[in-house]
Amino acid sequence: MALIELSGITKYYEMGDQVVKALDGIDIAVEKNDYLAFIGSSGSGKSTMLNILGCLDKPTTGEYHLNSKNVEALDANELSEIRNLEIGFIFQSFNLLPRATALGNVMQPLVYRGIGLSKRKEMAMEALNRVGLGDRTDHLPNQLSGGQRQRVAIARALVTNPSILLADEPTGNLDSKTTIEIMQLFDELHSEGHTLIVVTHEDEIAQHCRRIVEMKDGKVFNDSTSHSAKVSH
Amino acid sequence: MFFALIESSRSALISIYAHGLRSFLTTLGIVIGVASVIAVVSVTQGMSSFIGDTFATLGSNSLTIRSFTPFEDQMKGIRARLTPEDMELIEKRGEGIASITPVLYATRSSQIKYGSQTAFSQIMGTTYAFQEVSQSYISIGRFLAQSDNDTRRRVAVIGEKVRENLNLPDNPINEYVEIGGEWFKIVGMLEPKGEIMGQSQDDMVLTPYNTMRSLLGNQTRADISIQLSLTETADAENVSQQLTTLLRNAHDLASDEDDDFVIQTAEQLMETFDTIINMVTIVIGGIVSISLLVGGIGIMNIMLVSVTERTREIGICKAIGAKRHHILLQFLIEALLLSLLGGLVGLGIGYGLGTLISNSIPSFPPANIPLWSVGLALGFSGFVGVLFGILPAAKAANLDPIDALRYE
Ligand SMILES: Nc1ncnc2c1ncn2[C@@H]1O[C@H](COP(=O)(O)OP(=O)(O)OP(=O)(O)O)[C@@H](O)[C@H]1O
Ligand SMILES: [Mg+2]
Repeated sequence: MALIELSGITKYYEMGDQVVKALDGIDIAVEKNDYLAFIGSSGSGKSTMLNILGCLDKPTTGEYHLNSKNVEALDANELSEIRNLEIGFIFQSFNLLPRATALGNVMQPLVYRGIGLSKRKEMAMEALNRVGLGDRTDHLPNQLSGGQRQRVAIARALVTNPSILLADEPTGNLDSKTTIEIMQLFDELHSEGHTLIVVTHEDEIAQHCRRIVEMKDGKVFNDSTSHSAKVSH
Repeated sequence: MFFALIESSRSALISIYAHGLRSFLTTLGIVIGVASVIAVVSVTQGMSSFIGDTFATLGSNSLTIRSFTPFEDQMKGIRARLTPEDMELIEKRGEGIASITPVLYATRSSQIKYGSQTAFSQIMGTTYAFQEVSQSYISIGRFLAQSDNDTRRRVAVIGEKVRENLNLPDNPINEYVEIGGEWFKIVGMLEPKGEIMGQSQDDMVLTPYNTMRSLLGNQTRADISIQLSLTETADAENVSQQLTTLLRNAHDLASDEDDDFVIQTAEQLMETFDTIINMVTIVIGGIVSISLLVGGIGIMNIMLVSVTERTREIGICKAIGAKRHHILLQFLIEALLLSLLGGLVGLGIGYGLGTLISNSIPSFPPANIPLWSVGLALGFSGFVGVLFGILPAAKAANLDPIDALRYE
């Protein structure tokens, strides 16, 4: 069984008497150590998709099996545990804690793992160094540039060493040089055995991925495995 | 769990510190509530422990019997009276009595003179048994003797306050003072007892009972009071019951007539004081609990605002793995710490206030904060914090992560 299995997933929003079909019947399977890009026009349902994959949102209908577990059957605390242990989430809008420093933000997921303060600091520093922010640890989010915030968000997702990394436009605010660095980091993570799922609208990013899924109006429009990437299963 | 507690306290403290002014205003209700509780309790407890101490030296197993004229009878010119015969009767038939003495108060002639110095004092005629009954002992000289009484000697034992008022020498033995136009030789001085509620217990002059009777002249009209001490095994309640029956019979009182005397125990007197003090404590305590309650509602209000304000933060924390109890604990501990801090500040202010009050009123006993009131104040403010923190904390913990993240 694949790491991630979606069958018949829909997500409807009722806006008055109009129904917005953000996701409209998705069947998809993602293998362990896959490297997948979701592309598609704005409003096609990419972020909605990622929220459901990240166990943040629940589908209106359909089944989601993660590691052969039916996610629908899990309660709020069990979902929190999965988000903490299995998943690293990089949000489109960063979602940093405004009153915590860069270091504090990166340490926060470790608090919920019960890791002690000094060990937390050590791990967070390592993650910040990995994204090239080792010299901005004491800055609050509003004292950081957009790109720096994005890198804090990436460091926070990496620090728990999650098996699945979900990234929503992870390079949207970065210059081309940093973008290349981050993508190299992602490639590294992929070769280390992590499963990466990236939402992007940039072709160069998508080209890094082994598999590209194009979405349109809440449906999978095109699902292709590129030739350049190695097949690992 | 312990780890979660520490982490929650850490972030709660950061949050309280980040909103310094707001935190302070939030806890103001608790601060004021606790400060008033502690101020009131410290003053009244100081008072009651002082009264307790004083009454203990007074002799707790003694009884005083006085005549008592109801107001209606006073209007008719009737005066109830305790006579020497009553005392003889009690001495003969009363049970459980260790020693007994009559006390005859000088009514008109309570003036006492020494040289050119004049003072007013409580002048009483009594016997050597007074010493044991009222736990009044001699510091210099000797007490009244049986022979003083038998021969109606003109001798007096005085209290420290009298000596001061009359400018008598430090050792006033063998000095003469004038009472009711007669000269009395001072033979002894009482050990000082201090004050009860601003009243000196050392402002008294004791003379032999028979001397006082002859001084007062009209013996048939004499109205004495009787003081007696009880044996170890006697019960004050039983004895006073028996004496009541005895005196009612002697005074030929019909069953529908009220007693024309009162029997008072020192303990009763102390209990009366204690009751008054406890009443004051309870009433003010009640008012203060209401203010603590209002303080608690203030905390709940601010915590609810805080939860709403931090909805996105809560969403973020949940998205990166916070479970319900993490969020619940954080807000609960924040409320608890807020009110405990308020309680501590209130404790300090209340103690200062209590000390200030008792220091600014002369001869007022020093403030005294019993440990239970500290525990009670902190316990109650902690309880208020938890009670009113639960609702906001539960609201935060139950937020759906995706809804919270979308909150603007
Ligand atoms: N909470 C919501 N309530 C109502 N409609 C929603 C909600 N969230 C998303 N939608 C709708 O669902 C559709 C898909 O949204 P989604 O955020 O998944 O798009 P996206 O592919 O991530 O777009 P973008 O590239 O601009 O980020 C959109 O039409 C959006 O309006
Ligand atoms: Mg999006």
